Amino acid sequence: MSIIGKSGIGKSVLLKHFNGLIYPDSGLVVVDDEIVNEASFSNLEKIRSKISMVFQFGALFDSMTVSENISLALKKMTDLNDKQINFRVLETLDEVGMNGSENKYPSELSGGMRKRVGIARAIAAKPKYILYDEPTTGLDPIMTDSINKLISKLHTLENVTSIIVTHDMRTVYDISDRVIMLDDGRIRFNGSPTDIKNIDEPDISNFIRGVS
Amino acid sequence: MRNSVLYPFSIFISFFESISNYCALMFQMFRSYRSWNYYLSLTNIHMYQIGIKSIPIVIITGLFAGMVLAVQASYQIEASLIPGMEWTVGSVVGEAILLELAPMITAMVMTGKIGATIAAEIGTMRVSEQIDALESLSFDPVAYLILPRIVAGMIMFPMLIAIADLFGLAGGIWVTTNSLDISYAEFIRGLRTWFVPMDYWFGIIKGFFFGLAITSIACFYGFNASGGAEGVGKTTRTSVVVSCITVVFLDYFLGEIILL
Repeated sequence: MSIIGKSGIGKSVLLKHFNGLIYPDSGLVVVDDEIVNEASFSNLEKIRSKISMVFQFGALFDSMTVSENISLALKKMTDLNDKQINFRVLETLDEVGMNGSENKYPSELSGGMRKRVGIARAIAAKPKYILYDEPTTGLDPIMTDSINKLISKLHTLENVTSIIVTHDMRTVYDISDRVIMLDDGRIRFNGSPTDIKNIDEPDISNFIRGVS
Repeated sequence: MRNSVLYPFSIFISFFESISNYCALMFQMFRSYRSWNYYLSLTNIHMYQIGIKSIPIVIITGLFAGMVLAVQASYQIEASLIPGMEWTVGSVVGEAILLELAPMITAMVMTGKIGATIAAEIGTMRVSEQIDALESLSFDPVAYLILPRIVAGMIMFPMLIAIADLFGLAGGIWVTTNSLDISYAEFIRGLRTWFVPMDYWFGIIKGFFFGLAITSIACFYGFNASGGAEGVGKTTRTSVVVSCITVVFLDYFLGEIILL
């Protein structure tokens, strides 16, 4: 599912409500019948273990290598031993096409590579849901296509539900089953990519075509 | 005009707001007490960063504090025109180093070195969403980032002060025996005359509280950083200023409680 809307409308803020990084002023956030904003800290940890997040600029830990970034999540969220963790790190790096980068530091990686490692960290503990915050922003068209294919592949291979906040309509058309458009704090559109492509409301149509 | 009148009140309110937010953040560490074994296992890394890597600068500042104190004490005693009192230089240097100068100079140096580093490091993690990432990976960022740093500070600061004591006294002895007309035996006689073990322990106790204050204040400001590079810079500056004020306040307050 993709969430689209103008800049500053609150798409990333909405995304951060799903795993309790931000709490709503009113209302409830429900994930798998559990209320996120009313959960105790230990319950929140359990809810978060089902939801991974890929941040806009990767949010990789600067002081750790790629391998340590990924294994950190596994140490906390799984019962795997060191050998199994090393195996899973290499496996996820292979899945995102980043073999051989396990000993590199985030500062040695390009923007696209950081996003891939961010995705590897997110999928390592095999979550049920993955939240993507603008996964293709700032990337060249080839890298954008490559990230889109990766998200699509993970959806099929790992059987995860992906919620993607994006401005990139190509991402929406290529990999989404459903699109939600936010405007002025409300859901302005909720439907399939085909429906939004053929919509005859001028402001939505102008937004998806990038016409001011 | 209205803003100028309200300014002192806003400072007052923001002071108490900061104290309440600081206490709330410290209490948040207890929400994940079940995982403290894991978080405390990270203390070794911070003990190395805070303590071991600061030994050279503590040696240098301690040594020169002792040396300059010996020169000034000797100058003051000679100026008092009381003949035969030069041996008291050892007492002045010893008491001043153990009670005040070693803990205070070490705390100020560590505020600049460690406090600023911690505030900038955690502040950068905040503005680059690394703290959000930690939280999304089911970590308690408060316990992960703050607890081991505070524990490391409380362990390593007293040790650094003990080193500063040692090198401060060594500096005093070196100057008095080489540059001034006072023998080693006279210096030691002065040092031992009014020395009580509590003088040494008072400095060490201060180190424990300075370690707690400097690391926790830096963590608090870093944790609440916002606004990119400029925000991190402002956070670091505020953290250093608040830490310095807290250190001088604690210095007086602990003196009142323990010495009197």
